[in-house]
Order: sequence, then structure tokens, then C-alpha cells
Amino acid sequence: MAVKTMRDAINEALFIEMRRDGRVIVLGEDVSGGAGGTGIRDAAGGVFGVTKGLFPEFGEDRVIDTPISESAIIGAANGAALAGLRPVAEIMFADFIGVCLDQIMNQAAKFRYMFGGKCVTPIVVRMAMGAGMNAAGQHSQTIYPMVTSIPGLKVAVPSNPADAKGLLATAIRDDDPVIFLEHKALYSRKGEVPDGEYLVPFGVGSTTREGKDVTLVAIARMVGFAERVADKLAAEGITCDVIDPRTTSPLDEELILESVANTGRLVIVDESNPRCSVAADISSIVAEKAFSYLKAPIIPVTAPHSPVPFARELERVYVPSPERIEAAVRSVMKAG
Amino acid sequence: MQLNRSEMLRAYRQMRLIREFEERLHIENRTGEIAGFTHLYSGQEAVAVGVCENLNKSDFIISTHRGHGHCIAKGGDVPSMMMEIYGRRDGLCKGRGGSMHIADIEQGILGANGIVGAGSPIAVGAALAAKIKKNGGVAVSFIGDGASNQGTVFEAMNMAVVLKVPKIFAFENNGYSEHTGAHYGIGAPDIVQRIKSFGMPVFEYDGFDFFSVHEAARQAIDYARSGNGPAAIYGVTTRYFGHFEGDPQNYRAKGEVEMFRTEKDCMLRFRKMVSDAQLLDVAELDGIDTEVLALIEQSVVNAKAAPPPPPETVTQDVYVSY
Repeated sequence: MAVKTMRDAINEALFIEMRRDGRVIVLGEDVSGGAGGTGIRDAAGGVFGVTKGLFPEFGEDRVIDTPISESAIIGAANGAALAGLRPVAEIMFADFIGVCLDQIMNQAAKFRYMFGGKCVTPIVVRMAMGAGMNAAGQHSQTIYPMVTSIPGLKVAVPSNPADAKGLLATAIRDDDPVIFLEHKALYSRKGEVPDGEYLVPFGVGSTTREGKDVTLVAIARMVGFAERVADKLAAEGITCDVIDPRTTSPLDEELILESVANTGRLVIVDESNPRCSVAADISSIVAEKAFSYLKAPIIPVTAPHSPVPFARELERVYVPSPERIEAAVRSVMKAG
Repeated sequence: MQLNRSEMLRAYRQMRLIREFEERLHIENRTGEIAGFTHLYSGQEAVAVGVCENLNKSDFIISTHRGHGHCIAKGGDVPSMMMEIYGRRDGLCKGRGGSMHIADIEQGILGANGIVGAGSPIAVGAALAAKIKKNGGVAVSFIGDGASNQGTVFEAMNMAVVLKVPKIFAFENNGYSEHTGAHYGIGAPDIVQRIKSFGMPVFEYDGFDFFSVHEAARQAIDYARSGNGPAAIYGVTTRYFGHFEGDPQNYRAKGEVEMFRTEKDCMLRFRKMVSDAQLLDVAELDGIDTEVLALIEQSVVNAKAAPPPPPETVTQDVYVSY
């Protein structure tokens, strides 16, 4: 175990998996950075520095700087996967999925099914998501609800460095296409990370705080907020289960349902917009399968139905805050 | 390059297979037994076969919505394809894909594709894999005149040049992008110049002449296989049937299709060329015709009698594991 940032934990997973399996390649814009420039060849290592150091070790056959062509990046990853490689494609900001959604939604996700189960498409698409950097409407969205709704895709949403390392390794070894979403505001977050090869299974959530009064399900950056609220309220005698699903597809329904069966109260914290969100999805699952356990209406704490705003004052109210989460917990406690 | 006798016979049989497959589907479509959308390749046979006769089994192609011809040309199993088009359990894709998604990775067929222009980036990836594995393989995407205007094709051409991958862009202009004339949608005065400007050579062919396509494709494939990066081929052809089955083709002048069928047909031309030059015997070609017709007949009979996929398999093969 060593304390690392999430950026370094992801970087380590890439190193380990690329050393382990020669079929793993990395491609995307600026993944080495400096191709064709007059300065240092491995200058950037990705705009967030996540792929730093891969180029000097693995070379240009396996660490491929591409033109700014998102459709061609994912398309090339798809074709290389069908031809036997295991590509890890980087789409920088998750919002850019708008440019390459066809290759994700109509190609990668559907090949295996449409081809009668006769192929595998083992691609990983890494994307940075989330608000908190005042990057405004086209560089801040958390797009996991959209990809979670697409059959054929798996979706990982790590909330801490250890999970990021373990989930990425699992994603690279998985034979299905995986959308791997890294929250930008978490890149510099530090945490204990297991050394060496480390795998976190998909579809297995983690309970990061245990309690008996309220189930708090939170995604990615929201997990930390939920934990903060749980710790604060514990001092007052209100205790929460904080559940981090870690992957939204597959989703660990069982863990959530078991917790709700114990607490009878559910608050879901989701940085996405409210309609057709993961919050709405989990809410519907619990209403369908654990209705009789509920003592209070389920409260989703989400972003509003708006694009991510630019101004600090606006972005602050856009992102669910610990204060709003706390108010929701108090509200479900009051209701029953 | 001169083809030998058996190569010519094989090419003729492949073209005849495609022609009879499509002509029969055109008839069968009217019975209402075939579900969904079907886009037929009749008239364009010389292109698919001219290209694929230059490929090895381990080379890859990716096709289009009008994909039966390319898939047969690359070695797709005809009876299994017919069963797939009928949506049967034992179809090539277990009835999950149908006409627009016929695929057989083992044969190097990365699939017909229902999204216009989506295939070229995927073929860049398959070519990239060949380059990284250093296995001498190439990948071909077929691109209609409609797809030639898609941004994905432009992205793929540029990336293929940048990454110097063994990729062939096989443009086939059949005159119509759905219902719209090709010359209307292609803004550039010279599409060959447009392709060249991406930084790759273009080998032009006459889409009504199998030997012309075969030679252009040979040069392009040799170029790419030798490590020079991507190449393109371009030529004009025609389709006899509509954009989809049921399209009355009112956007084409009366008599246009008939003119192509009688005066330009690639199969008639092949027969005339090889018999005039005394390379093949007409009786041999007729023998192939008879054999192919019987195979198509049997494929249709088998497909009609075959069981549909069991309803409980609807969620099978979405994932490898979930």
C-alpha cells in the first residue's frame, strides 16, 4: 500500500496492464503529447497527465498520438479490438462523446449482439468528466446516465484512487466495451492504493460507511460528499450506509436493496441532470423491488435540468453540495 | 496482371453468386417473408469481387448497408447468409443482425454496417492492428458515393495517412446516395482529387469491368501491403434495384436501369471478354450459372424451412459476461 493520487493510480494500472499484455495499446489526442513538435516527445502524457511515461517505455506502436478525430479514434479502437488488440482510447473530456457516439453506441456496443455472439470488442474508453473546474457547458458533464442506458456497454465511475486502479485493470482485461469515467475533480485526490496487480470486480459496490438510519447512494465525486455528511450526522446519532456502486453498468442492485431493507430510507446523490439519471434509475429499482421497506419518499439529490454553467456562483449551485445532501437526509428522517 | 483460368472461373462464380443471390432476394422480398430493410447490390458485382479476389482470408473488409455482395466476395457462407436475412436461428448471426449486419470475423468480414460512413474508421483500426502485429495484413472499407461525404470517412482517411496503416479505401460510386444523385452531394468538382488531397494515391477503375477493378485493387493493395500507408480506389458503377427493396426509383429516368442492364452489365461484359479472347469456354460459364442457381434455390428453401430464434434468447450475447 502506498498513498497516491487518482491520476497516479490510473497511470499505474496502465503501466501494469501494458507490461502484462502486449495487446494493450493506448491511443488518443496528446496521449504522449509532443508528436510532431519541436520539443520533448513525451511532453504532455495526456492533457491530465494520466498517460505520462507510457511513451518512453512502450513506444509509438503502443502509445499512439492521434489527430483530433474522436470518431476515428473510437472507430480505430473498435477495429483494432475486432482484429485482436485491446485498445484503451482516451476521449479527453467526456462531453466529446457527442462527436463519436456512433462508434460507441452503434458499433462497439452492438457488434457482439448483431454478429450473433461471434466477436468480442475489448475496448476501454477513458474520459474525464464532471464539473468543478469552471469548464462550462461542453467540458464538464457527467455523461454516465447516457452510456449506462446502452446495452452492450459497461460503465465504471471510480470515486477514489484504489478503485480507479482496480476498476481500470478489470476494464482492460474485460472482453466487453467499457466506458471508464474519471472525475476531473478527483485526479489529485489521494488515497491508499494496493501495490502491484489489483483488480476490482464490476457490478460489486462498496459500502464506505455503515449505518442503520439512511441509505446514501452516491456516484464518483459525490461519494466523498456523502461520506462527509454521514460522518457529521453520525455525531448526532443519525447513521448512514454510504454505498458507492463503482460501476453503474452492471449495477450492484442487491447491495442497495439490502441496505434499504435495513434503513427504510434512501437518498441518491448524482451529479448528473435529474431526468433519466442514475438517481432516477436506482429510485425506480428500489420503488419496484423494495417498496414495502420504505419509510419515507426517496430523495434524489442531483444537478438541475440545465447544462453545466460557467460562473463560479452558478457552478456551485449546479453541483450537489454536502449541505443539500444533509438536508435530504434530515428530510427523510423527519418523514418517517 | 493476367489472371489464370481457375482465378477467372472463381471470379465469375463469385459474381454470379452475388447476382443470383440478389435477384432472388428481390423476388422473395415481395412475398413479405423477409423482415426489415434490404439493400441489393445487383449491378455492382465487379467491384466487390474485383477487390476481394486480391485479398487473403486473414485480411479484413468492412462493408456498408448494401453489404451482401462484399460479404459473399470475401468468403461469407451463402446458405448461412440467406438464413440470416430470413432471421433464422441458424443464420450467420443467429438472426440478431439481418441483412444490414452480416458479419463473419473468421472470414475477415467485420460486418455490413447500417451507419453510412461508419466502416472506414473501424477498418483503420483493423489495419493498425495488422501494422502493430506486423502480419502483412490489410483492411479495406467499401465507401459509397453517399458515405464519401461523411466526416467519419474524412477523419479515417487523414488518420490512416498520419498512422501510415495498410488500409484501402474502396470508393464505389453507384450514382445515387439513397434517392439523390451523387454529383449533387459531392461538392468537389473532382472527387479523385479530393481523395488524393488527403495524401494517398488513388487507382481508378471502370466499375463495369471486372478486370479493371481487379487491377486497380491489386495496385492499391500492393501499395498498402508493402508498408507505404493507405491507398484508395475509385470508380463508377450502378445498382439495378432501388436504395432499398420497395423503392420505385422514380428519381431515375425511365429506361436508365434497362440501358445499364443491356449495355453495361459487368457480367455480360466479363463473359464477352473472356469468350472473345478465348480464355474461357461459354459452356463452362453456363455450367457455373446452373450450379449457382441450384445453390441459391437450396439456400432459399432451407432458409424458409428453418426455425426462428427462440424468444428466450433475446438477451443472449449482449455481453461476454455481465
